[in-house]
Amino acid sequence: MLAFVLTLVLLLSIVIVLAYAERKVAAFMQDRLGPTEAGPYGSLQSVLDVLKLLQKEDIVPAAADKSLFKLAPILIFAAVFAGFAVIPFTPDLVPAGIGIGVFYLLAIISLDVVGLLMAGWGSNNKYAMLGAMRSVAQIVSYEIPAGLAILSAVMVCQSLDFQEISYQQGALMNQFPGLEYEMNWLFGIEALGINTTTIGGITTWNIFRAPILLISFIIYFIASLAESNRAPFDIPEAESELVAGFHVEYSGFRFAVLFLAEYSMMVLVSLVAVILFLGSWNTPLPNIGPVSLAYWTTGTVGEVSSILWGGFWLLSKTFVLLFLQLQIRWTYPRLRVDQLMHLCWKVLTPIALGVVLIAGIWRLLMI
Amino acid sequence: MRTTERKAIQHKSGFWDVVKSLVSGLRLTWKHFKNANNRRTPEYVTDKNYFNQPDGLVTLKYPYEAIPVPDNGRYRLHNEIDDCIVCDLCAKICPVNCITIESVKATEEIGVTSDGTKKRLYAPVFDIDLAKCCYCGLCTTVCPTDCLTMTPVYDFAEVDIKNMIYHFTDLSPEQAEEKKQLLAKQQEEMAAAKAAALAARKQG
Ligand code: SF4
Ligand code: SF4
Repeated sequence: MLAFVLTLVLLLSIVIVLAYAERKVAAFMQDRLGPTEAGPYGSLQSVLDVLKLLQKEDIVPAAADKSLFKLAPILIFAAVFAGFAVIPFTPDLVPAGIGIGVFYLLAIISLDVVGLLMAGWGSNNKYAMLGAMRSVAQIVSYEIPAGLAILSAVMVCQSLDFQEISYQQGALMNQFPGLEYEMNWLFGIEALGINTTTIGGITTWNIFRAPILLISFIIYFIASLAESNRAPFDIPEAESELVAGFHVEYSGFRFAVLFLAEYSMMVLVSLVAVILFLGSWNTPLPNIGPVSLAYWTTGTVGEVSSILWGGFWLLSKTFVLLFLQLQIRWTYPRLRVDQLMHLCWKVLTPIALGVVLIAGIWRLLMI
Repeated sequence: MRTTERKAIQHKSGFWDVVKSLVSGLRLTWKHFKNANNRRTPEYVTDKNYFNQPDGLVTLKYPYEAIPVPDNGRYRLHNEIDDCIVCDLCAKICPVNCITIESVKATEEIGVTSDGTKKRLYAPVFDIDLAKCCYCGLCTTVCPTDCLTMTPVYDFAEVDIKNMIYHFTDLSPEQAEEKKQLLAKQQEEMAAAKAAALAARKQG
């Protein structure tokens, strides 16, 4: 229960910061000022937006399928929020440390699609229906390259447990039960003879442990943009064509929940990318001889220091990815539906399949 | 022609060309993001710097900052009532009849304007309805004492349209009444004097 409340509070604060950052980043990239009036530099803007939404009337269209319409936002948010349960925030803090975390995450996030369809269908509005159909088509398609990219990371790490994958990517590896005698080699190639087990830092991040994962990371990142309906894959919401896609009929609190779910999804996919590819809560600084930067910036497991350092590194890496998502949104134009499907099925999926194969071979080099 | 076009498209759609153009897009937005801490200064258009500020945020926080307006711009009217000789020229030329002037002759000379013209009329009413005004500026050109001028103030929206009528008179209603009575008295006296003179002439 405590984990639930803490995660929710953490998520809400990240989303509020993100919503504010989105406006400011958008403004700065377009040479505008963004919000300036509410609070210093407009920093209270997103809080006020939420308060405004909560005061609004909760409109349920007369011809809507009421039960579906009302249930959908809750289901969508619940699906995304449930994904946070398996995210390890620090070396010894994970809301639910189950051994099949990756599997669970992929499964529970797919539930999102059901909620989207419910919202679109329940609204009884053709734009909402079109938006939901596009959204579902897009998310279902992009789950394949995303899943394959995750699979390649799982193959290299030989684990479905997010916490174990995290430990593998740092100098603390041998402290994880079951990994006491594991070794990390530079680029994962034992033949090079450079042992990075105690060097840690960036050299043991998955994208360096097995450089092929850099390609999976890029594939995953692109696919995750599509899964969270972000530009340039925001066809489901295409403001200029569909007004707001599947949530066009929603207002007030229900809209706020959908909005929250969307931003939570952004946070979740970035967190997963960080954990699987960018070293999770591990520090990027390696131990260099007597200068054990990695140990200094990791803290001792089980103490407050490790919680602070772990949380700091995880969140800052996540924010870098989130910033990238925002920047991409304000840089690239939206893809057409056929281009979207082309990219998914003819480009990303074949590459991801190839990467899975190479990752398997790479794993053989690592042992 | 068509073949060259097709070649150009093919050339630009190779994998690395696409990557290059994606990266250059990101670089562009990053450049703007980095420049976000400098802002355009609100400068006048003739200023040397006006066209030399390619970087930085262009938004002006309007009520707090504003670009200066040209000196000869036509904005809110102002009448310097001390200099006004109440000649009514402005009211006559106004194409939309938005200037209302009532004049009362003074019993004696009131004073002189700053350019030396003698003032002989009071203006109990000098109203300009700026909601009707079309800012043609004709009234300012005809004004013989240059007391009716355009100011650089352009932000004077009102909630109640009645407030758009600007009253420029310097007389309170009581004073105006007093002046009117003075004039009436003087005219009565003059009429009496005239009648007396006429009577005297008849007798004589
Ligand atoms: S500017 Fe033109 S319209 Fe306005 S008061 Fe003067 S003469 Fe009339
Ligand atoms: S033209 Fe000038 S001097 Fe004459 S009444 Fe108008 S403001 Fe006064």
